[in-house]
Amino acid sequence: MKTLRFLLEKEFRQILRNRQILRTLLIAPVIQLILLPLAADYSVKNISIVVVDNDHSPISQRLINKITASGHFRLTGYTASYNEALTMVEQDQADIALQIPTNFERDLVRENAKQLFIAVNAIEGTKANLGGAYLNTIIRDYNADIRIRWQSPNPTAAAPATNPGATPSTASTITAAPASHGTPTANTPVPQITATSSNWYNPYLNFKLYMVPAILVVLVTAMAAMQSAFNIVQEKESGTIEQINVTPIKKHWFILGKMIPFLVLGIILFTLGLLVGWLFYGIIPVGNLLVLYASLIVYLFAMLGLGLLLATYSGTQQQAMSLAFFFINIFNMMSGVFTAIDSMPGWAQAIVATFPPSHFIKIMRMVVLKGSGFSDIVYPITAMAAIGLVLNTWAVLNYRKTN
Amino acid sequence: MITLDHITKTYNKGQFTAVKDISFEVQPGELFGLIGPDGAGKTTLFRILTTLLLPDQGRAVVNNFDVVKDYAKIRSCVGYMPGRFSLYQDLTIEENLNFFATVFGTTIEENYDLVKDIYQQIEPFKDRRAGKLSGGMKQKLALCCALIHKPAVLFLDEPTTGVDVVSRKEFWDMLKRLKQEGITILVSTPYMDEANRCDRIALMQKGSILSIDTPDGIVKAFPEELYAVRSSQTHSLLREVRAYDGTDSCFAFGDSLHVTFKTGKSQDLLPYLKSKGQTDATIQPIEPGIEDCFIHLLKG
Repeated sequence: MKTLRFLLEKEFRQILRNRQILRTLLIAPVIQLILLPLAADYSVKNISIVVVDNDHSPISQRLINKITASGHFRLTGYTASYNEALTMVEQDQADIALQIPTNFERDLVRENAKQLFIAVNAIEGTKANLGGAYLNTIIRDYNADIRIRWQSPNPTAAAPATNPGATPSTASTITAAPASHGTPTANTPVPQITATSSNWYNPYLNFKLYMVPAILVVLVTAMAAMQSAFNIVQEKESGTIEQINVTPIKKHWFILGKMIPFLVLGIILFTLGLLVGWLFYGIIPVGNLLVLYASLIVYLFAMLGLGLLLATYSGTQQQAMSLAFFFINIFNMMSGVFTAIDSMPGWAQAIVATFPPSHFIKIMRMVVLKGSGFSDIVYPITAMAAIGLVLNTWAVLNYRKTN
Repeated sequence: MITLDHITKTYNKGQFTAVKDISFEVQPGELFGLIGPDGAGKTTLFRILTTLLLPDQGRAVVNNFDVVKDYAKIRSCVGYMPGRFSLYQDLTIEENLNFFATVFGTTIEENYDLVKDIYQQIEPFKDRRAGKLSGGMKQKLALCCALIHKPAVLFLDEPTTGVDVVSRKEFWDMLKRLKQEGITILVSTPYMDEANRCDRIALMQKGSILSIDTPDGIVKAFPEELYAVRSSQTHSLLREVRAYDGTDSCFAFGDSLHVTFKTGKSQDLLPYLKSKGQTDATIQPIEPGIEDCFIHLLKG
């Protein structure tokens, strides 16, 4: 125990003395946590739309007004032909082209249905997807709108159809029509079934509420796995590890002496992150902080094990860096920070289950957003502990072998 | 105090032999030197003896402990100063020394007498970080750190490489004092002129020992008569002495050539050189040095 105290004293002295490292370890993640969530927002704004209005009727005008008034769309063009609109899409001046056919109003009134055509530029997947969906929603609303406006009690009002897509991948649609057509009995209430949904734990679908905890995990991951690996490899590079090896210091003390400072730094960083989340985004964990910190310690145990393992396989800091980047990149993209793990193929999910960050991100979201307690996170926390045990054992065995 | 018994170590899965069948003994209190050029296998021997490396074959004993079985016991009774400065560059002199004292379960005060002479020279800079020290000061600090637990055996791997001449001389004076304290010292160096400061030396080349003896003994074993040949045109002189058919060996040593001759041919060299235009050439018999012996052994 006395040895450990000396080792820790030495490590902390070195870390505190290295201002550059201290800055990158603590200040940089805070800046990242302030900036990154601003980019990680899935709500799409400023979608450029070009309208080909072949009808020029009050109804088509009202539709266009409704679209631009939604706030999601910017009308960047109003062309006479579909080809002109497509050229604008090709030149990146528009993301979506909406074609309103001739006699839109007339056919809508007479035949109860008329098709609109939407072409979406799908180069930017998210924008295309959401843009198309937004537009469909607006048109559907509008459809319901005119039906009510015309006060037509005839419920059989639907004749959507789809159009095949044009060059840029398309989501094309619909508009169902009203039913006037000399119908009887006005003012009879229309029987309708509407499903309304409410979002639990994040009622306004605030992306930041969802992203900030995950990004905090990403930052803690980078710190724990990379810095601990670099620190050990640095001792290899400078030859000090040999000097330590000819002293009576036991290996497990040495390893603990390396892990504990980064465990402490990880906890400090995490705390700073929670403070940033509260100050900048107003996020206050719903759940118990004790649950969060207990999970954090298990998580750091696993990630420091990974850092230690990487260090045993690297002779230089450069090697350690490239190895660490490989893992960190995979962790960041696959651990459910941005996309749901559930939508990956089964074999990929099986791989992701071995990534400690995927479990910790899950725990973070559960505890921060939902207020889950220990009993709810038994599986992910056990998984992290098991992975940590494997990584650390592997690292210690490999450390013995190579030295 | 140190015994090596047929030690062999190979690298790259046996492709490269670093040391081959090395056996020798170092007596308690002896200052023993391993002399040889880079790649002779000196560092490999040190790493085996300090338990950092396992030998492929053979047995080694340090302070009555086997380097493989009792490695833990060896680690608390030896001091090791590797060839490369390997202390914490971001800690100060005092912090480094304190750290190594504490990991050996002792304090600076407890063994201050042993390191006093050396430590006093760097003490004025004790708050300076080790990375900012000059070569000679780093070396003194490294020696202090290796000594602070009063080891029975001290291993010094090329301690004077890259150190200026004055500091080198001081360093060997320090080793002499440590020897008087009863510490057994195994030291390696590529500098032949330092060999004379050792009690006994082993001349090493390519993983083998060429000869083990006292420096005097090695010089005495030089079997031939050695001459120093000088002239004002050293460069062409070397060519012409080598061309002379009575020359056995000829090497440049500073401003002179060290030459051995085939029996009875030494007198005819000057007339030969004169005929080649080296009119101011001189020749005189000299005592061989360790380097002459080393070159001679390499040749044999």
